[in-house]
Amino acid sequence: MRTEATGPAPEMPEKHYLNATYGIRSWLLTTDHKRIALLYLASVTFFFFIGGFFAMMIRLHLLTPNGYLLTPDLYNRMFTMHGVTMVFFFLIPSIPAILGNFLIPLMVGAKDLAFPKINLLSWYIYVVGGLFTLWSMVNGGLDTGWTFYTPFSTLYSNSAVAPAVVGVFITGFSSILTGLNFLVTVHTMRAPGMTWFRLPLFVWAHYATSIVMILGTPVIAITLGLAAMERVFGLGFFNPAMGGDPILFQHLFWFYSHPAVYIMILPAMGVISELIPTFARKRLFGYHFVAAASLAIAVIGFVVWTHHMFLTGQSTYAAVAFSFLTFIVAIPSAIKTFNWTATLFGGSISFDTPMLYAFGFLGLFMIGGLTGLFLGALGVDINIHDTYFVVAHFHYIMVGGAVMGYLGGLHFWWPKITGRMYPEWLARIAAFILFIGFNFTFFPQFILGIMGMPRRYHTYPPEFQIYNVMSTAGASILAIGYLLPMVYLTWAAFYGKVAGDNPWPATGLEWKTQSPPLTENFEVTPVVTWEAYDFHNRPDLGLDVPAGKGSPGVVAPAHGDD
Amino acid sequence: MHRTGALYGQFKTLEQQKDTATLGMWIFLVTEVMFFGGIMLAYTINRHTYFHAFAMGSNTLSLGLGGFNTVVLLASSFTMAMAVWSAQTSKKGLITLFLSLTIFLGFVFFGVKYVEYAQKFHHHLVPGKTFDIFYCVRNPAKCSDIDAADMAKEKEEIEAAVQADPDLNAHAQLYYSAYFGMTGLHALHMVIGAGLLFWLLKESVAGRFNAEWNNPVDIVGLYWHFVDIVWIYLFPLLYLIDRHK
Amino acid sequence: MSEHEHTEHIVSPGMYLAIITTLLILTGLTVGAAFVNLGRFNIAVALLIATVKATLVVLIFMHAKYAPERTKLVIIAGIFWLALLLFMTLSDYASRVDYRGVRYPMTQIISHTLGNRG
Ligand code: HEM
Ligand SMILES: [Cu+2]
Repeated sequence: MRTEATGPAPEMPEKHYLNATYGIRSWLLTTDHKRIALLYLASVTFFFFIGGFFAMMIRLHLLTPNGYLLTPDLYNRMFTMHGVTMVFFFLIPSIPAILGNFLIPLMVGAKDLAFPKINLLSWYIYVVGGLFTLWSMVNGGLDTGWTFYTPFSTLYSNSAVAPAVVGVFITGFSSILTGLNFLVTVHTMRAPGMTWFRLPLFVWAHYATSIVMILGTPVIAITLGLAAMERVFGLGFFNPAMGGDPILFQHLFWFYSHPAVYIMILPAMGVISELIPTFARKRLFGYHFVAAASLAIAVIGFVVWTHHMFLTGQSTYAAVAFSFLTFIVAIPSAIKTFNWTATLFGGSISFDTPMLYAFGFLGLFMIGGLTGLFLGALGVDINIHDTYFVVAHFHYIMVGGAVMGYLGGLHFWWPKITGRMYPEWLARIAAFILFIGFNFTFFPQFILGIMGMPRRYHTYPPEFQIYNVMSTAGASILAIGYLLPMVYLTWAAFYGKVAGDNPWPATGLEWKTQSPPLTENFEVTPVVTWEAYDFHNRPDLGLDVPAGKGSPGVVAPAHGDD
Repeated sequence: MHRTGALYGQFKTLEQQKDTATLGMWIFLVTEVMFFGGIMLAYTINRHTYFHAFAMGSNTLSLGLGGFNTVVLLASSFTMAMAVWSAQTSKKGLITLFLSLTIFLGFVFFGVKYVEYAQKFHHHLVPGKTFDIFYCVRNPAKCSDIDAADMAKEKEEIEAAVQADPDLNAHAQLYYSAYFGMTGLHALHMVIGAGLLFWLLKESVAGRFNAEWNNPVDIVGLYWHFVDIVWIYLFPLLYLIDRHK
Repeated sequence: MSEHEHTEHIVSPGMYLAIITTLLILTGLTVGAAFVNLGRFNIAVALLIATVKATLVVLIFMHAKYAPERTKLVIIAGIFWLALLLFMTLSDYASRVDYRGVRYPMTQIISHTLGNRG
């Protein structure tokens, strides 16, 4: 509910990417990055609700100490399939493949990604991988935990490990292709005047994410490939009976999977970097630092992985070194958090729904990140490893951080994607419900972890019940919080108020074209003459931002204000 | 995106398009490096830990066949480079010739690899339930393709290796896991490369490539050379462990 | 932005011939070296020769020598990340001691070749 538009109410443009062509073929064979983003939106949402269903089963089962809902065997399958679905089929593709796909060409002023056909291919690969995994879930399920640890997964598990692993393996390639496409696009497809340091931080964040995707994902691919071969043909690298080493599997797995947590959070950080300047109407504080922090996270994120293996037989010396490196990786995240907070200072802040999500993100990510430091401390981790403390830690980041960022971004760009506004008050209420439900669900889990409740057990002593009841109650609230946006965003896509080109207004190039955009994005290739988030020197936005609030001067600085 | 001649709609110039595609291929090759990196790591650790078994396994490979294939693959890289040169200088007949030669050499490689694999199946050296490093020395009649002198030498080596590593069979199986894993992945890449080469051949016969437009030849060339580089490492790592006994 | 203004460099067939000849000679050399007992240097020599060969292929056959800086950066990043994967993992294996104080087999081999009985 920002500026009440003066002048006539905006109208839907006559021609845009949604009505350019019709029919199911025009969608399934499209190479338009915006339509592919919507294909991803549909499929990723589908997996989100499947994963959500598994989560509800877990929480309902844990309502009572002895859990009557599921057999122990089924319980193992539920948490495994929850993790696999949410990590590989929801969180990793969510922001990059939906918002990144839609926005990166628009933000850099290009007509499309560098390789549109490969972009479509990546979606098909994702779908095929997803179908494989779904198939394994209904034909035997999966009970290894999302981490597929050997030798359990390769030798002992009685579930459908091979097809599930093959499914995740296949999906990995969709992630590689997305990352490759983004990297090349940012390098070679920028519009005239769009220099590296005029790129929105959303693009920087995705650039860093893509680095992780292309360097990490191949390693998990070969690892899962070897594990599958070991299960099927008896290869032996991870089989202690043959002289193999199960810890090697963990090394290879976490070499990807720790950086992969940054695949999940970096794009969300990119979203937040767009939301905060827009709703504080101020240039982001320390633009260059935030951009560099994204790259630093991508690089340092690769050298901390054995903090997941402190309690295995890995070398103590290595554990000490990796514990130290884990502390280092928190620094760039902290830099970002401080810069976002500093941006708020002296800004003219408004509390539209996307900004509520941004605030939610700030608080929850901070808790998640700091508890990560507890876990990264070697001595502390020995006590709380594999307890609910770890579960709470990563949910604070992955749900409190990544999903909040995702929903914030979805609301923020929904007018651009669909041309229509969502109902603001309903959306604010949903954001509150989510925030409250989230904390009710996961905060008690920190306490449970400290009390010593291990993760992945289907039963617990009665004294833990009160916290588990709280957690299950919170999860129910959370479920409502997720259903609401799903319903009203869909409604708004068809019946919402027409949004106009730039309803917030925001500074990115994506807002300089019509909503929804043309298939070619821009009628003429834009020429960029302004710095990112420079509200003070953008008369075209029709804002009356007094100079001096975050701007070093009235005249556009050549290189930002840091 | 619609396409005007060779130029796809998302690009402004052919040069931008070529630049983009080349960068894309290089980045893809980096993902390939990491892909092979995982199995290299498994190889390295096990080679150090079970050196005797790995040396034993390596000595059961045929140096002649491996060396021959190395030469074949290097030569195919050369013909591929020449195909790129022919395209850059618009020598249309030569493009077709060099592409055909590259494909031919690729198939020679497959042929030799087939012979090697078949031998390993025959000698019970494929990881799995039937794996038996002692199979040939215990059933010399079943391995008549190994001549008597070699057989005697192998017997001697195996006896020495068992002395050094009592669990030789299991650990030799790890060697063969690495062997089949690495060469299998490499061969898979060659198959994909051969498919791409056939496509190039078709286009070149249709006269598509010239000095202005030769991007596909260039890019497939990058891929083919990469596959060659993998083999450049695989050859010493798999065939040449401890040959000096 | 105008990173794409390099003119295409055409490598001559003579150069390609020289490279392939070198590659073949190096192949012979690496086979020959394998038959000489150099102790723990055998693997070092083999890897060194392979790396020289790979470098020639990358620089000349793949034209990296004439490519823009950006391509070189991509190549270096690839090598660097591979090194991270290999060496950081090996740092665990090379310093592993189990709860009985027994060192991991690989550690024994390394200390054995280095001549200390630790
Ligand atoms: C701010 C820096 C972070 C630090 C220092 C950190 C530290 C850690 C540590 C030490 C563990 C291992 C705990 C254990 O198993 O005993 C862990 C687990 C985990 N973290 Fe973080 N973390 C950070 C950020 C993140 C982010 C950004 C995400 C996700 C987006 C994340 C997701 C996870 C997950 C999924 C696990 C559990 C994996 C499993 O065992 O299933 N972490 N974290
Ligand atoms: Cu981690």
